[in-house]
Amino acid sequence: MKFSLSWLKDHLDTTASVDEIAAKLNAIGLEVEGVENPADKLKGFRVARVLTAERHPNADKLQVLTVDAGDGQPLQVVCGAPNARAGLVGVLGLPGAVVPANGMVLKVAAVRSVESNGMMCSTRELELGEDHDGIIELPEDAPIGQAFADYHGADPVFDVAITPNRPDCMGVYGIARDLAAAGLGTLKPIVAPQIAGTFASPVDIRTEDAEGCPAFYGRTILGVTNGASPDWLQARLKSAGQRPISALVDITNYVMLTYGRPAHAYDRAKLTGAVVARRAKDGEGVTALNGKHYLLDHSMTVIADEAGVHDIAGIMGGEHSGCSDETRDVLLEIAYFDPVRIAQTGRTLNLTSDARGRFERGIDPQFLDTGLDLLTGLVLEICGGQASEVIRAGTPPSGTRQVHYEPTLAETLGGVAIPSAQQRTILESLGFSVVAVDSQDGEQWSVTAPGWRPDVDGAPDIVEEVIRIHGLDKVESVALPRADGVARPTATPAQKLERRLRRAAAARGNHEAVTWSFLPEADAAVFADSAVWTLANPISEDMKAMRPSLLPGLLAAVRRNLDRGAAGLRLFEIGRRYLRAENGASDERLSLAVVLAGEKTARGWATGKPATFDAYDAKAEALALLAEAGAPVDNLQVMGEAGGQFHPGQSATLRLGPKTVLARFGMLHPAVLKQFDIDAPVAVAELFLDAIPGKKGAASFARVHYAPPALQAVTRDFAFLVPADLPAGDLVRMVKGADKANIVAARLFDDFRGQGVPEGSKSLAIEVTLQPGEKSYAEADLKAIADKVTAAAAKLGAVLRG
Amino acid sequence: MDHAATEQAALSRIAAAQDLDWLEGLRVEFLGKQGSISGLLKTLGGMSPEERQSEGPKIHALREAVTNALGDRKAALEGAALDARLASETIDLSLPAPEAARGSVHPVSQVMDEMAEIFADMGFAVATGPEIEDDWHNFTALNMPESHPARAMHDTFYFPDKNAEGREMLLRTHTSPVQIRTMLAVAKASPGGAPVRVIAPGRVYRSDSDATHTPMFHQIEGLVIDKGIHLGHLKWTLETFLKAYFEREDIVLRLRPSYFPFTEPSVEVDVGFTLVNGKRVLGGQDGWMELLGSGMVNRKVIAAGGFDPDQWQGFAFGVGVDRLAMLKYGMDDLRAFFDGDVRWLSHYGFAPLDVPTLSGGVGTAA
Repeated sequence: MKFSLSWLKDHLDTTASVDEIAAKLNAIGLEVEGVENPADKLKGFRVARVLTAERHPNADKLQVLTVDAGDGQPLQVVCGAPNARAGLVGVLGLPGAVVPANGMVLKVAAVRSVESNGMMCSTRELELGEDHDGIIELPEDAPIGQAFADYHGADPVFDVAITPNRPDCMGVYGIARDLAAAGLGTLKPIVAPQIAGTFASPVDIRTEDAEGCPAFYGRTILGVTNGASPDWLQARLKSAGQRPISALVDITNYVMLTYGRPAHAYDRAKLTGAVVARRAKDGEGVTALNGKHYLLDHSMTVIADEAGVHDIAGIMGGEHSGCSDETRDVLLEIAYFDPVRIAQTGRTLNLTSDARGRFERGIDPQFLDTGLDLLTGLVLEICGGQASEVIRAGTPPSGTRQVHYEPTLAETLGGVAIPSAQQRTILESLGFSVVAVDSQDGEQWSVTAPGWRPDVDGAPDIVEEVIRIHGLDKVESVALPRADGVARPTATPAQKLERRLRRAAAARGNHEAVTWSFLPEADAAVFADSAVWTLANPISEDMKAMRPSLLPGLLAAVRRNLDRGAAGLRLFEIGRRYLRAENGASDERLSLAVVLAGEKTARGWATGKPATFDAYDAKAEALALLAEAGAPVDNLQVMGEAGGQFHPGQSATLRLGPKTVLARFGMLHPAVLKQFDIDAPVAVAELFLDAIPGKKGAASFARVHYAPPALQAVTRDFAFLVPADLPAGDLVRMVKGADKANIVAARLFDDFRGQGVPEGSKSLAIEVTLQPGEKSYAEADLKAIADKVTAAAAKLGAVLRG
Repeated sequence: MDHAATEQAALSRIAAAQDLDWLEGLRVEFLGKQGSISGLLKTLGGMSPEERQSEGPKIHALREAVTNALGDRKAALEGAALDARLASETIDLSLPAPEAARGSVHPVSQVMDEMAEIFADMGFAVATGPEIEDDWHNFTALNMPESHPARAMHDTFYFPDKNAEGREMLLRTHTSPVQIRTMLAVAKASPGGAPVRVIAPGRVYRSDSDATHTPMFHQIEGLVIDKGIHLGHLKWTLETFLKAYFEREDIVLRLRPSYFPFTEPSVEVDVGFTLVNGKRVLGGQDGWMELLGSGMVNRKVIAAGGFDPDQWQGFAFGVGVDRLAMLKYGMDDLRAFFDGDVRWLSHYGFAPLDVPTLSGGVGTAA
């Protein structure tokens, strides 16, 4: 909402400065987004008289002027304007002034070898108009030497953000009322001319949609002369950022911007029969004033005559019946439309307008007659003509609301004690009426909110009114009550898990990335096992599908990094993957993904060539992080079916039991890398944190009892010949489980194929750690354990190598 | 027999030995079973007690002198050999050591941990909710019915889907629906309501994109519901949080009346800054910047959460996490937060051991 200081002063009697007004607006919740003071731009420009004008010795089109800028000593100025002549009173820009139109800083300079001490300015150069045919010509009696800003009457313009709850402040008058309540002056009463009308309106009006248009008032004015509106009106509209159109249109806009009250003017010559507020018929259409055609339906209220629709009620008028310079007779419409229907219609048509913005927030339903009087008075004053009697169709709602209020609420909810007399004054100055209610229970009021405050519907609204005018800065900090002792832990197990894993993953050398939740559909599809969530209105096609996995987002980050020249990358992310729950809600599951791309180690003096990441690196990340997460990593099975996104021979899942997949890892499939445009091997590990079983029972700090055994552990090595396709992990598990009383660890240390190993077989060597209990092992004990190991291995077809 | 001469000769030969083998040869020659000095010792058996009395100590002295000389020489030769070996083992320690990859924690995560730490001290737990929400939780329950103009201000991302209750599915535009979910959960256990103190951090989405807005960003919601909670408590909470977060005592807040459908009264909070070398540093009051929106929870919202608004009241606030991170740690481009550029992550990320603690100060110095 933009308005000028002089416009405000039409309604507010105040001596406050621009800065004081801006500060107060901010303090009462009318946020000032900017104050534009034209005087700032016109600093350094003065009213000046040309004393003499001579031909420039070196240029045909230039003149050398002597100019009196009020300093006594005439200044020499070079000027190219054709109208520059002795005796002309114009505007001189002095050295140091900045030309508003182009930002040029004026300085003393030689123009074709003649010194010039400033510039005589055109209207366009000062951004006061479009004229650039010559320099500004002021009246003869303009005071020489006066700052041009003062002479011109520069009028500062406020730009205020109006929150949606304050339709009353979408008019200058409402802002003036707020400022007056806040002590910044006196609100001037609205003076509307009483024009009775001397004849019945030749155009009849009715409302047939009592719900959408409860009240429709109007009158006809015959014999008007439309055309450009007067300068004062144009200046007002321009300060509000509006383009003047014609007097009749400008008047309706002016009333809207001043009082927050939209209205419409129809060219009577374009109307046929009675003008009626009704529901649109499905399929009916209208070309609106913005030149676009809108298809309407039965949910929308329109203003129509026998010929068709002339106005999308409360939103935008029709092109056909709008006023033009030829308009002679005009029908003024002022109506009350249901805010909800206006909002729905506007949304359906995707059509915004100043009128819609006000109607959907709620305008004062009691302002119909006053509004119509104001409009009529302005039309008669500016356009002439004869006004008919007013026709009133329907009845507006009262718009007032009663709220029960206890003045102590200012303190108990608002946090600041304000004497009730002061609260009453504030409310009354805002147009509320206050009536004390009999009560045994402290002071109780019945507060009636005025029709222009549709936002007020409860006691907290009254508190807000009182404290915002009293001053929010008077609210003192009060400490929240605090429980005794040291603050209790608050994090949930899931939160602790996430925090721990994040730092564990980073400690392992990985950088945490935060990538978009939404992906290109194609990227999401690669990693989706079921239908992904896809936005109806994405901001771009690249941000359309909710990620079913963290991997595609990380892969895109990998590509960007590789494109920037990175040789090796370790990235991870902890976040949600978005699945669908059966009831149509989302099923968001916490995941952790690590992406290892390209070089693991750069070429080195000790290590030689660069090494790239492989599937075992991914396995290491998966196991280490699962261990940090408290998963029983010793019990996990390495199984297949990591998914089609993976290299089929270099990927696996880590499962707890045959079904619960805690993680998958391995090398990505070359086809996936190709789709993501990545030209480097990529190993990944993806942990499904939601699948990790939580700790059972109450947490205890005491560990399971342990004392290091007195006897030293012994190790024995076993080498087995096994079928080449036997997973080594199966053999290790089997060996480890061969004698649980004695075997505490089994570690594979060699996988050999080649000389001495038959084709189709491989040799696996395992170091078994044995922990004696009470007494050391005798040879026979060791032999018995070794036999158990060999027998267990044999179940997998393993043969002890001689 | 002139033992002195024998000793002299033996010692000089020992001193002349150039390596351990040579020395071992001398040891055998002198002290071996057939050695010359061993032979002298054997002569003691055939001597008279008187002779033994006088010769014994001399021969023993000779043997001891030679033994010592052999030992000393051996130590010297071994020392020299070790020195020589060590000299040959010299390496260039200016060569680079094996490199270990250094990881980092993203600033958003770090700042969320910092905030959780501070708010935990004030008794706030951390609550969460879905990001793919329904319009009831995101709007209606927060006093934004379908026709409410504020819905349009939210630039909402919608899905074409409806859930089983027929509610439109969307990406939450703020963390405020967690208020509703938290209250409903509390009300389930304590019908009518019970005290609540939570923060709810997480991703939120608006269809908005420019230098300072990204379609996804992070917010942290705060909610306090209790008896007798008023605006003064809100002000204190925000002041206390910001002082702890920025670790400055001169943080000054300016409250301005505003409007949010879910609070009444609503308060926009500005924080004062000081200009230091042309840059805005929080603290002091040379100027003000908008920081967050807040207010007393609207009675309708309290009722939508299953609480009795005649008994319970409280405040809520929502603040941008990314913005708080930028203000504290000096990043100036929000888009970089979500790019995954390892150069940026290495520079602005945090070491894994930079765990925020109150005793150490939650922040990590540059």
